[in-house]
Amino acid sequence: MTHRWRLVLFVVAAPAFAVLFFLAARGLPVFGSEFHPYGDRAVEIATRQRTTANVVSSVNFDQRAIDTLGEEFILFGSVIGTIVLLRPAPEEREVGRRPAGGVLPTTRLAGYLLLPVSVLVGLYVIAHGQLSPGGGFQGGVVLATGWHLLYVAGRYAALRRAAPPTVMEIIESVGAAAFAAVGLAGLVIGGAFLVNFLPVGTFNDLISGGTVPVLNGAVGMAVAAAIVLLLSGFLEQAVVLRRSPEPRVDSSIVARSKEHR
Amino acid sequence: MMLLILLALGLVAVTGTIVVLTREPACQAVTLSVFGLTLSILFMTMQAPDVALSQLAIGTAVVPLMIMLTIQKIGGPR
Repeated sequence: MTHRWRLVLFVVAAPAFAVLFFLAARGLPVFGSEFHPYGDRAVEIATRQRTTANVVSSVNFDQRAIDTLGEEFILFGSVIGTIVLLRPAPEEREVGRRPAGGVLPTTRLAGYLLLPVSVLVGLYVIAHGQLSPGGGFQGGVVLATGWHLLYVAGRYAALRRAAPPTVMEIIESVGAAAFAAVGLAGLVIGGAFLVNFLPVGTFNDLISGGTVPVLNGAVGMAVAAAIVLLLSGFLEQAVVLRRSPEPRVDSSIVARSKEHR
Repeated sequence: MMLLILLALGLVAVTGTIVVLTREPACQAVTLSVFGLTLSILFMTMQAPDVALSQLAIGTAVVPLMIMLTIQKIGGPR
């Protein structure tokens, strides 16, 4: 498509979209108004019935937990797909890590200082999902990215040792399976899939909200391991694997893959 | 409060435009990271700290890192 055609398409499509968007948004309650039909109901259920201080967590892990289960498995599936795509090609091999391009001592120091801090923050955010903003997903990502400060500090080998892919795969699977298992336990005990069957405890206590903290923990495990696996796939491709000059596998495969390119 | 929201919205518009106008992919990863930061400020002003936290972790850290590693692998723009 040429530049001119794209411009024509934009000039036609943009006003049409603007009109439709305006019509669609006209029925919404006014921004910043006092009228929140869904919010009021969700807050009522979260605070009165389920004693979950963080209403967002109550919505995500209790009132519509099955949506979160779906999201969890979307992440699970896409990480598996990405790892399959990033697997070493036949003509690629490990050439050993290229020398770290001069990590500044201050960067190294900051990496080592921030590593325990960010791991602690990640664990805190996961554990307090039922009380304050955050939860399994956010905490899991903080935990996983914090882990990569080991790489920023210039120690790729240390990162690989600290997070072996096999262990991460097991943690990811166990976390995802634990979410489904809590759902099934709800079906057996409470009569509905993912029903909040645990005692909800006292409002604003660390252990409150019934199954919400349990599900947050499961999601935290799965997400942290999934992001570590995802980034390790990218890191391996970028740092370790190179197209080898002499193929290590039989040349027919290499020849065929070259034809395809 | 409304002023803060408008200010954050303006920042998002400016940084978003800068991301689109950045042509070099490696620089774009950095501007994308800044765009993600302004987006999480917007979510914060709109009283959605949960979403702001997700945006901060994914949009300013993981996605730019994945882009940078991909550029490193394929050797930059052809």
